[in-house]
Amino acid sequence: MDTILPESAEEVAAAVEAAARDTRPLEVLGLGSKRGLGRSSNLAHCLDLSKLSGITLYEPEELVLTAGAGTPLADIEKAVAKKKQILAFEPPDLGALLGGPPGRGSIGGVLACNLAGPRRIKSGAARDHFLGVTAVSGRAEIFKAGGRVMKNVTGYDLMKLLAGSYGTLAAMTSVTFKVLPRPEKCYSVLVFGLDEAAALRAMTHALGSPHEVSGAAHLPAALAGGSEVPYVAEEKTSVTALRIEGPGPSVEHRTAALRKELADLGPTEELHSANSDILWREIRDVKAFQSDMERPIWRISVPPTEAPDVLSRLASGLPGMEYLLDWGGGLVWLALPPAPDAHCPKVRGAIEDAGGHATLLRAPQATRAAVQVFQPQPPALAALSLRLKESFDPLHLLNPGRMYQEV
Amino acid sequence: MAMRMPEPDGAILGASDQIVSDLRRLLPAQSVIASAEEMKAYESDGLTAYRQVPLVVVLPETTQQVAAVLKYCGQRGIKVVPRGAGTSLSGGALPLADGVLLGLGKFNRILEVDLDNRCVVAQPGVTNLRITEAVEDAGFYYAPDPSSQIACSIGGNVAENAGGVHCLKYGLTTNNLLGLELVTIDGEVLRIGGKHLDAEGFDILGLMTGSEGLLGVITEVTVRILRKPETARAVLLGFPDNAAAGDTVSAIIAAGIIPGGMEMMDRLAIHAAEDFVHAGYPLDVEALLIVELDGPQVEVDHLIERVLKIAKAKGASDVKVSESEAERLVFWAGRKAAFPAVGRISPDYYCMDGTIPRHKLPLVLTRMTEMSRKYGLRVANVFHAGDGNLHPLILYDANKPGELEAAEDFGSDILRLCVEVGGVLTGEHGVGVEKRDLMGTMFSEIDLKQQQRVKCAFDPSSLLNPGKVFPTLHRCAELGRMHIHQGKMPFPDLPRF
Repeated sequence: MDTILPESAEEVAAAVEAAARDTRPLEVLGLGSKRGLGRSSNLAHCLDLSKLSGITLYEPEELVLTAGAGTPLADIEKAVAKKKQILAFEPPDLGALLGGPPGRGSIGGVLACNLAGPRRIKSGAARDHFLGVTAVSGRAEIFKAGGRVMKNVTGYDLMKLLAGSYGTLAAMTSVTFKVLPRPEKCYSVLVFGLDEAAALRAMTHALGSPHEVSGAAHLPAALAGGSEVPYVAEEKTSVTALRIEGPGPSVEHRTAALRKELADLGPTEELHSANSDILWREIRDVKAFQSDMERPIWRISVPPTEAPDVLSRLASGLPGMEYLLDWGGGLVWLALPPAPDAHCPKVRGAIEDAGGHATLLRAPQATRAAVQVFQPQPPALAALSLRLKESFDPLHLLNPGRMYQEV
Repeated sequence: MAMRMPEPDGAILGASDQIVSDLRRLLPAQSVIASAEEMKAYESDGLTAYRQVPLVVVLPETTQQVAAVLKYCGQRGIKVVPRGAGTSLSGGALPLADGVLLGLGKFNRILEVDLDNRCVVAQPGVTNLRITEAVEDAGFYYAPDPSSQIACSIGGNVAENAGGVHCLKYGLTTNNLLGLELVTIDGEVLRIGGKHLDAEGFDILGLMTGSEGLLGVITEVTVRILRKPETARAVLLGFPDNAAAGDTVSAIIAAGIIPGGMEMMDRLAIHAAEDFVHAGYPLDVEALLIVELDGPQVEVDHLIERVLKIAKAKGASDVKVSESEAERLVFWAGRKAAFPAVGRISPDYYCMDGTIPRHKLPLVLTRMTEMSRKYGLRVANVFHAGDGNLHPLILYDANKPGELEAAEDFGSDILRLCVEVGGVLTGEHGVGVEKRDLMGTMFSEIDLKQQQRVKCAFDPSSLLNPGKVFPTLHRCAELGRMHIHQGKMPFPDLPRF
C-alpha cells in the first residue's frame, strides 16, 4: 500500500490532483479505527489525514471548537473535559467492536461516519453539532462551508452532506463543531425483567415524560449479565435503563419521579455517577458484541415502536441471535450467527414494512464485498446520490465504492 | 429598487397563454391563477421592498399535481418559484416575471400525530404553531418557534431552516426534522427519512433544510415533538452597559447553564417595546437580558438562583424574576413585539439578521453606533444572545428620498462587519435575494461553485428559484468541467452535467 501523508490542506489538494492525473483512486483515512466499516474497497493508495492534527480554536464560552480532521478524538475529549464540557452527541468508540484497539478514532472519522451514542435521542447526532468545514473535493479544490457560529443559514449546509458520507465526497481537513456543558450529575433508573414489548412501553413512557431522559436502552438478560456494573449484572434478568442528567437537585427529583411512574412494570433500582457512566459507555460502544468476532453485527434504525415486531420477525430462524436496544427502541443492534451473506435478506426483509435502514456494521471483508453494507436506495434516490457524488468528485477518486458500489 | 434578477426569457413570456392553458389541464380550475389582479397578492413576501408579479400562480393540492407541474416546467425550461406562507424576510419567495409561482397553501393538513414515536407528519402548508396546537393537549410541543409562527408554514421553515428564541437549547428546524417527501424539477417524488433517526445514505434531509427552494419542492414533513417542560420562569436583567450584559451571557454558559431562551435588547429596543406593550422593562438601562429557564420546578428554581448570582456579580442594576406564568408571558410579550414596536417609532424599519461570535458583541455594537451616525439613521438591536444571532432594526422613512438606499447600505455594512469578526451573513432569515450579492464576502468563488454544483445535481437547468442565494449564475455544464492534464474521465457513458 502506498500512503500519502499530507500536512496541510494544500498538500491534500496536491495529492488529489496527482491522483486525478492518473485516475488513481484514494482510500481517505483519518486514524483508521473504522477502516473495517463500510463496503470493502481494497484500494492500493491511501490518503492518510493523521498529520492534520491539533486543536486550532477552542472557546468554551462560545461552545465551539475547531480542529484538524485527523485530531484524535481522545485529545479533544480530554481538552473539553478540562472545561467541564463534552461532545453532546456522545461519539461511540467502535474500535473494539470492529476488532481493533479502543480509543483510536479521529474527530474527522466520527463526523464522516455521523456516529452518535445513546444521547442521540436528546441531543442529536454528530451532524447536528457540525458547524463548519474546510475540505478538499475530488476536483482537488479546497473549499469551505458553514462557519464557527451556532446559528447560520448562509449557503447550503454542506456539513450535513459530508457527515455520514464516509469520505466519498471530500477529504475534510479542518472541522468546527459545537461543544456543550457536561451535565453536573448522571443517574439511571433500571427496571428489571421486562420483555421487549414491556421494555418498549417503559422507554416510550419515559421519553414522553417531562423528565428529559437522555438515554433509553434495553439489555436482554444475557447482555445485562456481562455488564461491569454489579447492579446490572447480578439480577440475572433483563435490564431496561433510563438515563437522567442535569443539575443535582433536578436529577434527584426526576429520578425519584420516574422510578415511581415505572414501579408497576417491575422492580426498579437506580445507578449513580460512576456506575451510570460505565453502563452508558458499555451501551454506547456495544461492549456486549465486542467478542466472537466472526458474528456479523447489524445496526438498524427504525421507528421506536416497530422494534419488538422487527425482533420477533428476525428471531424465528436465527438461533443464537442477540440484540441490544438503544434510542428508546429506535436503534437495534444485532449480533447474528456467522453466515456468508450475514443474513442480509432476512434483516432487510424484517424492516421493509417498518421503515428505516439497516447497516452491516461488522462482517468479514469477503461478506462486505458481496452484500450491500448500507441500505439499498430506490432508483431515483440512488441516481441523485450518484449525481451528488460527482458534483464533488467527478472522477470517483475519493473512497469509491465505500458506501455504494457506484458511488 | 434595483435588484438584478435573471433576464426574463422572452420566449416564455410570449408563450404565457399557452403555459396557463397547459397548467389548467394539469390542475383543477381553481388551482391556476392568471389574472393580474389576483396575482398581485403573490407579488412579494415578507421583504416587501421587492415586488414582481409572476407569470402565473399555481396552487396544487396533491403531490401528484406538484410532480405534474414540475415535470411540465422542467421539460419546457420554465422557471419555478416555490412559496410557503410568504413570510420570508429575505425575498426567498420573490416571484419571477417569467416564472411559475408554486404556492403550497393548499397543503394544509396534519396527516398524522404519533405520540409513541414522538413525531407529527404534516403537509408543508401547515403553520408552525398548528403543529404545537395539534399535540399540546397531550403535553407535547414542536420546539422551533420563529416569531412568525402563527403565519409561517412548516415547509417554509424547512426551506429556510427557521430558528426562534429556544434554539440554543432545542435546536433549529434541521435538528428537529425526521423526514421529507420532496419533488424534484423532473417530477420525481423522493421520500427521505421517516419516523426513524438519521436517514440513510447522504444526508439529503440536512441538505434540503435551509436550501431556500433551490433544490426541490417539499410536499410532506415529519418533525419530532418534545414533551413540554414542567415549568418555565423568566428573569429580566437590566445592565448599565452592553458589555456587562454580554459578559453575563458568557458567564452563564461558562457555568454550564444552557437556558431555554436568552434574549438581549438595547436601549432603543427596550424603550420602543415598553412604550408599546408595557412589559415592565426598566428604562434607565442600556441593555436588557431576558433569561428563561425551563424544566422541573426544582431545577428552574436552582438555576435561577445561580443566574441571579452571576448577573449581580457582573453588575446587573435591575433584576426581576417572573412569579407567575402570566408575568413570564408579559416579560416575553415585549421582546416578541419588538419589531412592531420599532415600527411604531419609525415610518419604516429594515430587519437584519447576522450571527457573530458572542464575545465580539461590544465591538460590533460600537461599530454599529458609528455607522448609525454616518448614515444618519437610528438602529435598534434585538439579539438572540445565547447563539450570537443579531437582529439590528434600521429605522428609516421610505418617503424621504435616499433613505431606503441608505438603510440598505447600512444593513450591508453591518453584515460585512459580522463576517469580518468571524460571523456569518444570516442566522435564520436566509440569503434569498436580499443577501445574495454579499455571498462573496463570506465565500470564495470555489466555495460558491461547489455549492452550485450541488444544485446542479438536483436541478441541472437552474429552473428552481433562480436568482436567489447565488450572486452569479453559472451553467451546470461549465461548472462540471474538470481540467486535468493528460487525465481521462472514467465511466464515459454516464450522463454528466
